[in-house]
Amino acid sequence: MSNADTGIGASVKRREDLRFITGEGTYTDDLNQPGQTYAAFVRSPYARARIDAIDVSDALNVDGVIMILTGADMAADGLGDLPCGWMVKQKDGSDMVTAPHPPLATELVNYVGEPYALVIADSRHAARQGAEAVMTDFHELNPVVNLASAAQSEQIHAGIPDNRAYDWELGDKPATEAALAGAAHITRLDLINNRLIPNAMEPRAALGVYEKGTGDYTLYTTSQNPHLERLVLSAFVQVAPEHKLRVVAPDVGGGFGSKIFVYAEETAVIWAAAKVGRPVKWVADRSESFLADAHGRDHVTHVELGLDQSGRFVGLKVQTTANLGAYLSLFGSAVPTYLYGTLLAGQYRTPNIYVEVQGVYTNTSPVDAYRGAGRPEATYVLERVVETAARELGRDPADLRRMNMIQPGDFPYQTPVALVYDIGDYEASLDRALEAIDYQGFPARRIASKDQGKRRGIGFACYIEACGLAPSQLAIQLGAGVGLYESGEIRLNPTGNATVFTGSHSHGQGHETTFAQIVSDKLGIPFDDVEVVHGDTGRVEFGLGTYGSRSLAVGGSALMMAGDKIIAKGRRIAAHLMQASVDDVSFEDGKFLLAASNQSVTIQEVAFAAYVPTSYPEDLEPGLSEKAFYDPKNFTYPAGTHIAEVEIDEATGEVDLVALVAVDDFGEIINPMIVEGQVHGGLAQGVGQALLEHGIYDEQGQLVTGSLMDYCMPRADNLPDFIVDTTITPCTHNPLGAKGCGEAGAIGSTAAVMNAVTDALGVKDLSMPATSEKVWRILKGE
Amino acid sequence: MEQSGEYRINAARDEVRQAQNDPDVLAACITGCQSMTRTDDDCFEALVKAKVGPVSATFTAELQLTDVQAPQSYRIVAGVKGGAAGFGKGVAQVSLAEDGDVTVLTYTAQATVGGKLAQVGSRLIDSAAAKMARDFFGAFSERLSPPVAEDEAAATGTLEATVAKTAGGQWLIWTIAFGVLVLALVLAI
Repeated sequence: MSNADTGIGASVKRREDLRFITGEGTYTDDLNQPGQTYAAFVRSPYARARIDAIDVSDALNVDGVIMILTGADMAADGLGDLPCGWMVKQKDGSDMVTAPHPPLATELVNYVGEPYALVIADSRHAARQGAEAVMTDFHELNPVVNLASAAQSEQIHAGIPDNRAYDWELGDKPATEAALAGAAHITRLDLINNRLIPNAMEPRAALGVYEKGTGDYTLYTTSQNPHLERLVLSAFVQVAPEHKLRVVAPDVGGGFGSKIFVYAEETAVIWAAAKVGRPVKWVADRSESFLADAHGRDHVTHVELGLDQSGRFVGLKVQTTANLGAYLSLFGSAVPTYLYGTLLAGQYRTPNIYVEVQGVYTNTSPVDAYRGAGRPEATYVLERVVETAARELGRDPADLRRMNMIQPGDFPYQTPVALVYDIGDYEASLDRALEAIDYQGFPARRIASKDQGKRRGIGFACYIEACGLAPSQLAIQLGAGVGLYESGEIRLNPTGNATVFTGSHSHGQGHETTFAQIVSDKLGIPFDDVEVVHGDTGRVEFGLGTYGSRSLAVGGSALMMAGDKIIAKGRRIAAHLMQASVDDVSFEDGKFLLAASNQSVTIQEVAFAAYVPTSYPEDLEPGLSEKAFYDPKNFTYPAGTHIAEVEIDEATGEVDLVALVAVDDFGEIINPMIVEGQVHGGLAQGVGQALLEHGIYDEQGQLVTGSLMDYCMPRADNLPDFIVDTTITPCTHNPLGAKGCGEAGAIGSTAAVMNAVTDALGVKDLSMPATSEKVWRILKGE
Repeated sequence: MEQSGEYRINAARDEVRQAQNDPDVLAACITGCQSMTRTDDDCFEALVKAKVGPVSATFTAELQLTDVQAPQSYRIVAGVKGGAAGFGKGVAQVSLAEDGDVTVLTYTAQATVGGKLAQVGSRLIDSAAAKMARDFFGAFSERLSPPVAEDEAAATGTLEATVAKTAGGQWLIWTIAFGVLVLALVLAI
């Protein structure tokens, strides 16, 4: 293949897919070690209880059970708590209040499914039997489940009054309130952002190995960021020092955020491996995933949007209570604050914005990033209230948005909520989307539906997201505990092919293809000669992993920088080989060219010379391997317009999503096919939230949507053929011009679908998911 | 969860009370009952193996009778533990009335369940409980009133239970142990 077929901009088929679809992938559970044992966790059946006594005598008698370890054993070994990696400052300048989060509970359990012991056995079955035989005396306590009344309920954690982790704000409150007071019209809306349960196809898993002879630990686990996992396990939990701990995330079957965090289970598994002296494996079953994976969303919000006579937005005030669950997960504090409040300007020139967020503890599973992480919640609030304002004022929702949009000449644009957008053309994507859905034809389609006893509705969402996480200094100023750069390394081998190391991690995104395209294009070597290595702290120097649509914009940019270094060194070697001055050597399409001559040497020849330096510059080190750390200068700002059209059956209340258009501006695109796939997946998840998915706890804190029978994931027949298109304004501050595409589908589509449903029903709001039962009751006037 | 129901037992109230003095009779009438013992005047403990959808376990039920106004009414406080399968707890108000030769049992119960039963069994518990209750009353009634030959239709009629679902939405659980065991033990007083 020529580079035109495989370089930047080519829809190369994903090279990793062959092994995935032929069963040749290597997931954590595919790995086995000699002498391996199996762990099963003993979990709280209560939402809130005191542990009075744990009786393991029966469990120890179960055939095959080797050892039972409890939270007390872990505490006795001095293991630290699971940390929250983002310190949010409260309104009064004080730090947020963090509840201690021991990996295994010791005295109190605070959500159903919280682990407090693990049983290690010769077989998976024996481990489970052992776990079932552990007898624990619990003293039940009243759980705090309801988000709205959590502040008035019993105190979950000692020393944390009102169950509040933080009371946070952003923006100018007096100016916003004055703007609202002077507004010609105020639209008010109360919204609930429903709790979601991630459900990656591959459940979480861990295999811990301890080498007694060397004292080395190796943890194979389903992580989106193995280096971050190693950092947390060594620096905070202190399982093992960083240089004695290797974390490997092999093939991983989906993450959606839920595999960013460091959880109790992998912590316990790697610790237990040394206690038992044999490898320990744990693989979650689906029920455990429901209980013990971090959940997403779960906000209650009141929003007010003020408009002047002409329809211009003059002020936006948002008050949100965010459910953080029983403990602060790794990034749980940042998602409803810095990844949420900062996005509330959206695509608009609203001059005054104020947002306040109460982060609240409840006796439910911890809540953290789930595809979009804060940005879908922000988009939902803003785009629902804008659509509602248009309806209240009798304005066309597209026109009202258009007159408020930030214009191409306004960039760089400083929003009232901290971010500086570098570039965008929001009307371009709006126009393309209107055309794609045939907006002109909608009134006729609505009438046609009515004739068939159906109600048709259309809904918009013009979203923005901040991704490409993140400029390290800014992130650290805002409370992040780590920098958010990324590393990339290109190692040209003596035979001229390349091994590429990235600190980002692919768990479905197709990095092995995209990153090979980048390096192939950059260095002019065949696509098939580029191998991409990721997910192993023993092979990749460092990295911060994959989340927040950051891999291409940050990790890809690091590879571009490493490529520049390869070329720079290659020019010196090539100049020596051609007995010329470095200044006269240029690089193009895999060749080092000597100016004003027909002489050239290939990069492969240069690589060979670098490793077999028979003729080599005296002052230059042999070898041709370069690495770079890229620290972004700003976030990237993908944006776009999603439009949904629904048809509702008046007899059954069934919502049929008949069309969904997504026109996104992701900046420059490396592989259009992969981007389209990412958008499809995101749209499906966004539609799932709007129409189907809802994680529900009963008043006792029991998760009653704890299986795929009760928690409804979207399936193919819930979705139309998506109409997906892109507009492009290249990111101004990274070498690829790329912005990121992983989350956008889930950010815009939810609000678009709910705007369409409420349009069809003629109601102001309807809590998600818009199930046929809820819709039917509205149609019946209940 | 709230449930209420009414059963007509084809036996006089005295006969019902006689049967209650024989834990073996009750145990035999409960599908999966492995043992039933009276631990105190007003306390019972039972072991019942039960299955609700994917959840299968041996449940230990502890029942305490309060507000006993023999023989008309009782209040039962129950706690059921199924280890990893989950737990249930609740109270039931039960009354026995005579209607000629028939004893009419009515009950209202409030119960909550937790653990795996709540997580994966909530949609199934109601029908599972109803089946166990039906089985129990079938067996119990059969013991107390030997079937009249060729009169199967009548026998079926007496066993017909009207289990009214008073709470909308979630069908909370533990009816397994509660709906059956509790009812069984209610009868046993």
